[in-house]
Amino acid sequence: MTDQFEPVIIGFTCNWCSYRAADLAGTARVKYAPNVRLIRMMCSGRLDPTFVMKAISGGADGVLITGCHPGECHYIEQNYKALRRFILLKRTLTQMGIEPGRIKLVWASAAEGVRLATEITKMVEEVRALGPLNWDHHNGHQPLAISHQPEEVAA
Amino acid sequence: MSDELNLENAEERIGVYVCHCGTNIAGIVDVPEVREWAEKRLKNRGVVLARDYKFMCSSLGQELIEKDIKEHQLTRVVVAACSPHLHENTFRTACKRAELNPYLCELVSIREQVSWVHTDKQAATDKAKAVLSGGVERVRHHQPLEPLRVPIHPATLVVGGGITGIQAALEIADAGRRVYLVEREPSIGGHMSQFDKTFPTLDCSACILTPKMVSAGMHPNITLMTWSEVTNVSGYVGNFVVTIKQKARCVKTDLCTGCGICQEKCPKKVIDEVYEAGLGYRKAVYTPFPQAVPKFPVIDIPNCTYFQKGTCKACEKFCPTNAIDFNQKDEEITVEVGNIVLATGFDLFDPRRIPHYGYGRLANVFTNLEFERLTNAAGPTNGNIVLRDGKTTPKVVGIIHCVGSRDRNYNNYCSAICCMQSLKFAHIVKERTGATVYNFYIDMRTAAKAYDEFYQRVLEEGTLFVRGRVAEVTDAARLPGEEGKLIIQVEDTLVGKQRRIPVDMVVLSAGLQSRHDSKEVAKLFGISCSADAWFIEKHPKLDPVSTMTDGVFIAGCCTGPKDIPNSVSQGSAAAARVLTYIDRGEITLEPVRASINETQCSGCRICNNLCPFNAILFHADRMVSEVNAALCQGCGTCVAACPAGAISGTGFSNEQIMSQIEGLLLLNLNGARTQEKEMAFA
Repeated sequence: MTDQFEPVIIGFTCNWCSYRAADLAGTARVKYAPNVRLIRMMCSGRLDPTFVMKAISGGADGVLITGCHPGECHYIEQNYKALRRFILLKRTLTQMGIEPGRIKLVWASAAEGVRLATEITKMVEEVRALGPLNWDHHNGHQPLAISHQPEEVAA
Repeated sequence: MSDELNLENAEERIGVYVCHCGTNIAGIVDVPEVREWAEKRLKNRGVVLARDYKFMCSSLGQELIEKDIKEHQLTRVVVAACSPHLHENTFRTACKRAELNPYLCELVSIREQVSWVHTDKQAATDKAKAVLSGGVERVRHHQPLEPLRVPIHPATLVVGGGITGIQAALEIADAGRRVYLVEREPSIGGHMSQFDKTFPTLDCSACILTPKMVSAGMHPNITLMTWSEVTNVSGYVGNFVVTIKQKARCVKTDLCTGCGICQEKCPKKVIDEVYEAGLGYRKAVYTPFPQAVPKFPVIDIPNCTYFQKGTCKACEKFCPTNAIDFNQKDEEITVEVGNIVLATGFDLFDPRRIPHYGYGRLANVFTNLEFERLTNAAGPTNGNIVLRDGKTTPKVVGIIHCVGSRDRNYNNYCSAICCMQSLKFAHIVKERTGATVYNFYIDMRTAAKAYDEFYQRVLEEGTLFVRGRVAEVTDAARLPGEEGKLIIQVEDTLVGKQRRIPVDMVVLSAGLQSRHDSKEVAKLFGISCSADAWFIEKHPKLDPVSTMTDGVFIAGCCTGPKDIPNSVSQGSAAAARVLTYIDRGEITLEPVRASINETQCSGCRICNNLCPFNAILFHADRMVSEVNAALCQGCGTCVAACPAGAISGTGFSNEQIMSQIEGLLLLNLNGARTQEKEMAFA
């Protein structure tokens, strides 16, 4: 393995769309960066913001949240609730000095294995560019870098 | 991570099984290394043994687990193999056979999510270890669960009255079960009722279809609801409640005898865009075709003179049984069903989207559906193949394959039926007019029983075949002999030359597309669509008529282009699946449900509004909320939202996910560095 920094990213997937997209990427042998470790939940609405906190505090350099496209949720509209939490969470993390690029929301339908793979590889490169999260350092000595980033969500 | 954190679980005895899956996993992941690592590194996490095996899902692999559970008193099992969507049930059942609660087993995916998607062996092996470690941490918090049992309502809803829906409805009804067959048009029959002949046997389409339509219409167990649409679906497998909008027919079906006098007397002619593909007329009160089932006509309200101008009522005047009722209103009917079969079919690709083929601009360019109507004895020309002027018989006909299919600009996929359909057209034109027929194809795809033989037959009949995608259809004559003709400009790829072929008539084999509203329909029934908006199967090969939503089945062209034999097979297959559920009488569901601990609930009601299924009730007297397990679908949104942590979600509890996160982070990718520091939020 080379010396380049290999980030660890925890990915949350929903049982119906994005986990199936990950399965499809596998079945179709679509290659993507090995830095993402996925957790399956029933719905992106299950995403408790403390899960993200837990991942970041436990050593993850980034968190990927995935779910069905808006309007296609297996539970009718729960991905909208994930979206709300995501926006709030990103703001909170930014206030804690964590770069907004470390947390990302991606919609992927069960048919979008390639899209999920592309987004994962893209995110890994983005987080690699940000460097290690180094939670302790940020938490203790860094002045809080509050910036008001426009909140963009890939639809 | 410190081991003291989970001392209460220290007595768990976990067995770890790593699958080679032949070389599928072992080709990239160093399986023995993962096994050895798990045995050593995860020993203090409760792993008492770790094994690897060529195929864990084989009966020998399963027996290995069963034997270990008994001999080593395992209390938890983790299998690192393929996706849980594939074999979770296999390993749960193995645990059950060894008298371990099946929900104490965790399957982690190191095939779809590791070996098949990564190329770096070291990185893949490290990731496999991390994923396995996540599974081990998670399984420690699994609870023994019992599957939920729900009764199955014995009635079935079939949506779509084409040949697929008819087949499914008849199979279920013949087994003695109630079927509601819902069709949007005034009659069942679908696209097949518009065809003249069917390939490769050249049976008359109506001759084989209409008996089935009549059976469906007369069947005591089938409630036929045409001119109707499903507007709402609620509930879950076994217990759906479906609202169907019955559009106003303006004809009393209990009085109408189907004599047809109203259609004869109606003064208003309307171009029939649906059944006659725009080539013929119908009246404002109509049945789409003479053999329509049911035989009752409908009044097309936007086109009816009475509804537009307030006078006419010719149909009412002449109806011998007083069956016309202008005051009928749309009705909403609610039915309870246990299962749903969607057989909503396809739309034809609109060739206007390819302007250089001239459809809609050049009169004698026809679509395949128009041509079907031209050749049909009951069609607008009584089966005479003539040009748009209605009298000239063409001397040269060009049939263009793959219109809108296998084309990056439109649809990438092959529409499956166009080759055979075009060959059928070629045969019919030859037989009826003796005209010269050119077929312009990319590849000839005739792969089914008796299909290639039919191709040989058409070749022998003297149809000419040009291999190449047509560049343009034009009426601009350049060479002698082209005046007044349509010229097909094409590169003949077998000869390697550009050719200009003058013809009298062009037939475009337009491809099949998903229904224009298939996404809305998918949403209504809670299923998914592919990028091309076809409905997605649970498994494309092994479960082709099921969806990820239990109790909702899909059949026929709504899942992708298909010929009639395949559509019929799928209709029967879906019916068989439905009957299996009905005969079993009940179904076991994953016990993934939320529940509220009343002593912790503060009565804040935040969760109440989050549930789209209205499964959370608030008891105002006790100031607590409660989850109705029958309505809860287990999404877990309320669990995540509860500020008091009073709601727990079985199968996906906070403890399970938090521990899985810990486990996943045990290793980082730069090597075996362990995360020893305390968890800030642990």
